[in-house]
Amino acid sequence: MAKSIATEFTKGLWKEVPPFRLVLGLCPVLGVTTSMKNGIGMGLATTFVLLCSNILVSLLRKVIPPKVRIACFIIIIATFVIVVEQVMAAFAYELFMSLGVFIPLIVVNCIVLGRAEAFASKNGVALSAADGLGMGIGFTVSLGLLGAVRELIGTGGLSGDVFGFLPYHLPSIFGAAFQPLEFAVQAPGAFVALGLLLCLMNLIPSK
Amino acid sequence: MYIELIVACIFVNNILLAQFLGNCPFLGTSKKMETALGMAMAVVFVLVLAGVMTWLIFNYLLLPNKLVFLRTIAFILVIASLVQFVEMFLKKSIPGLYAGLGIFLPLITTNCAVFGVTVLNIDKEFGFLQSLVASFAYAVGFGLALVLFAGLRERILLARVPKPLQDTSIALVTAGIISLSFYAFRGMV
Repeated sequence: MAKSIATEFTKGLWKEVPPFRLVLGLCPVLGVTTSMKNGIGMGLATTFVLLCSNILVSLLRKVIPPKVRIACFIIIIATFVIVVEQVMAAFAYELFMSLGVFIPLIVVNCIVLGRAEAFASKNGVALSAADGLGMGIGFTVSLGLLGAVRELIGTGGLSGDVFGFLPYHLPSIFGAAFQPLEFAVQAPGAFVALGLLLCLMNLIPSK
Repeated sequence: MYIELIVACIFVNNILLAQFLGNCPFLGTSKKMETALGMAMAVVFVLVLAGVMTWLIFNYLLLPNKLVFLRTIAFILVIASLVQFVEMFLKKSIPGLYAGLGIFLPLITTNCAVFGVTVLNIDKEFGFLQSLVASFAYAVGFGLALVLFAGLRERILLARVPKPLQDTSIALVTAGIISLSFYAFRGMV
């Protein structure tokens, strides 16, 4: 089957959507999804790193000696993580603080390294960019979804913004009698919510 | 004071169940007790070394030279080369331990628990001895949670689980329940 930019892009959105289908990079998935805002912010930061590192790895794939390729990939990824870190500290400080240690942790996110190794080091620039962007958006949507579910159950409503833009505010959707279930935004709730979402995804047949 | 720190790092702020670091190996190597033990040992070993090394590098190299923004890249390089070095050292001098750790040693480079703890130690502005103790205690907490989880997963293999819930899904729900039991330690320290 010929690889096209469109198929490489869309596979990340559903067929191989990172945290669910590949079960990689779970730490930020569990750690930052206490609210939709944090989930989306983390997802976008990861998308940026994924896209840039995929492009650069793909450009350099013929130069990097195979023996030390992992080390080279990590340095490339770490460089972009530092860029994200500095930019977020300057322009989205509040989000930067609430994501905390998980921003530098993008460097060891298995999805980023996994895509560099499995895809970008073997394919052209355009395809790699499509792959990185697709995976990144799939990751962002998954994190946002998980964050939204946990925030809804844990606090009863949704409110926040995306990197300081697009503010949204949805007060209680369950009615006044709803008692927020704080369990959902605490640590144990993360595992259970992700497990159940995974179960729901397994129920939907992938073709 | 150090006892408080140890209890906090093992139970209250358990690296896997409360801080969500190192979840890939948590799910990946917990299907068998044997692999879980191997991973737990490798993490204790590397995490203590990495905690000490990164603390020294941060406080004596990066901080005086105003290179704090290079922290991420410096730490990941230190951890990667440390893992390589440890691997070579063990292969030569303690082959028994090397064979026991096997594949888990190289895998630790991308274990976010190791990287995460080194960053947390710096963020919390721990002193040298505190960093050492915290690294060790976090690693023990990692091992404890991993071994507990592996034991439970071996039992779940024997149970009949509904099809959509199988494998990772049920493992995550189980992890949630273990996490709930660790949650009870909250407020102790």
